[in-house]
Amino acid sequence: MKQAQDPFQFVTASYLVCIGHDRPTTLRDLSQSIARVSDASIFCHTFHSLSTYHYTSYSSDFAQWAMAACNEQELAERLGAIDVRQFVAIEDLRSALLHTIDSYLHAQPRSSDRPAFEPFFFSETREITLPLEMRASNLAELSEGIGRLSLQSLHYHFVNSRLRLHLRTNDFSHWIEKELDFPELAARIARVDFYTNTLQGVRDGILECIRPWINR
Amino acid sequence: MSSQAPAPQSSVPPLKDYASIVGQPEIDELWTLAKSLQNRTVKMVNSTAVGGGVAEILNRAVPLFNEVGLPTQWDVITGGDAFFSVTKAFHNALHGMAYDDRPHWFDVFLATNEENRRRMTFDENFVVIHDPQPLPLVEARTGKNNHWVWRCHIDLSQPNERVWEFLRPFVEKFDVSIFSSAAFTHALPIPQYLIAPTIDPLADKNRELEPEFVSSVVQKFGIDASRPIVSQISRFDRLKDPLGVIQAYKMVKKYQDCQLILAGGGASDDPEGSVVYAEVQEAAKGDSDIFLLNLPPWSHLEINALQRASTIVVQKSLREGFGLTVTEALWKKKPVVASAVGGIFRQVLHKVTGMLVHSVEGCAYQIRYLLSNPALAKRLGETGHEHVKENFLITHTLKNYMLLFWLLERNRQ
Repeated sequence: MKQAQDPFQFVTASYLVCIGHDRPTTLRDLSQSIARVSDASIFCHTFHSLSTYHYTSYSSDFAQWAMAACNEQELAERLGAIDVRQFVAIEDLRSALLHTIDSYLHAQPRSSDRPAFEPFFFSETREITLPLEMRASNLAELSEGIGRLSLQSLHYHFVNSRLRLHLRTNDFSHWIEKELDFPELAARIARVDFYTNTLQGVRDGILECIRPWINR
Repeated sequence: MSSQAPAPQSSVPPLKDYASIVGQPEIDELWTLAKSLQNRTVKMVNSTAVGGGVAEILNRAVPLFNEVGLPTQWDVITGGDAFFSVTKAFHNALHGMAYDDRPHWFDVFLATNEENRRRMTFDENFVVIHDPQPLPLVEARTGKNNHWVWRCHIDLSQPNERVWEFLRPFVEKFDVSIFSSAAFTHALPIPQYLIAPTIDPLADKNRELEPEFVSSVVQKFGIDASRPIVSQISRFDRLKDPLGVIQAYKMVKKYQDCQLILAGGGASDDPEGSVVYAEVQEAAKGDSDIFLLNLPPWSHLEINALQRASTIVVQKSLREGFGLTVTEALWKKKPVVASAVGGIFRQVLHKVTGMLVHSVEGCAYQIRYLLSNPALAKRLGETGHEHVKENFLITHTLKNYMLLFWLLERNRQ
């Protein structure tokens, strides 16, 4: 079984939400707020909401608000289609959100100032990470560790990782490619779809990818 | 058929027992977080030991804090009828209801808090004050280097200005505040964190029950288990709108057979309960399908059974803090029809985990709709159960408080 030089360090990641003061009530105000709020706020309503609200139609808070509070179905679909996998920096994600809203309002100017049913409550996430007493030096240990992660920590390693690495990948794929030199497995794991799966489904998908490679 | 009641719990189960519900990884991570805070001490202060959601959460959470190595003391402030009449008036006023100002009320409030402050100590690393009743205790922080947290369980978005302006200076002396929903907050100079209240899935009120016991409770109260049961489990309080529930039931009854249970008790800090109960009795008079059950505070198993026996659970509150009775019903996979107020928004996602309503008529319509569509009702209940499991269980309370304490310590370094 192939052994890594640098082991994979699992961490526990948790999030607390701090409520902000920005409370836009129209789409125009929402756009202005998105332009000025902190990176932690954009993260909260996109990356973080993705792990929290998989029951609702959209996992992006902005898309959900456009649909439920503004009754703007088309804009909701467009915002919901912004795929966080495409972004390795919050600034780029912010620009994509602004571009989507502003171009929609340019085409539908009457939607700009129509009051929403309820305000959008901007918040920020505070991320707390602590190293776990779990390390992996090979695929068997990695697999075992992934099975023992909480769902939030799995989200941290698999989804939020791209903001830390500034790469369109995740911590597991990154480590597998760098330490074990299995680029094919790394690519296969990176394709596990977290938009159409629950986080438990994502975990199962990753473990399924790893299983045939364990004894190589 | 056995109708013997399960033995009430004498203590809170250990943390490991929750692994069967939330998964071992979640429990392991709680221990990791707890290790980073070893031997820090905590004090929780509120105004009642029994009745109401705050006391229920503390009853369950405090032993768990102690188990993971954060010695936690829970103190309840004391006061006479005059004090609790004032705090009830404040509570309603902060929810935006009418406020009949009496000149001596502020003095009664301050004097009672001062008496409590003198008999209590506040030497713990973290002091958490729950709700407005004990707010002035924050004056005791002078000269201390510990962290003070105000945990507000009520909706402060549209408070009566006179009461709020009186209380605000106390709030501003805390390090941080906690709210159950972003919509409940008011502009404050201190950080406001979002932490939802939770239920304990292993508590008598929520744990699985044998069907025979559920049947025996229903029989005991003379309810017909073979006919649909609509229930609202809440203290008899105007803000819970029990009269509105009876109106909605009467509208449903024109078209569909059902029975109505209004069950609840009083809290020791709520002197208005008996007056409201009398009004509800009057409104229910003459209808043998309405069951008014004024239950003592230790009736957790009976309440659990009544919720499990219900076809639909209603929460038609006019104002609401978070609405833990909704959480309880969702956990039991019940279809819920609830007012779109307060923290209910966070729990009942319309047409996903239940039905949100805005009026007596809307409430009646959704009850009829769900009685006619049992498959949809079942699906809502099942999604609701998962929603609670992921967000509103007591293990989340433990985790979120530990995260907050960790952040407070880090920010001071």
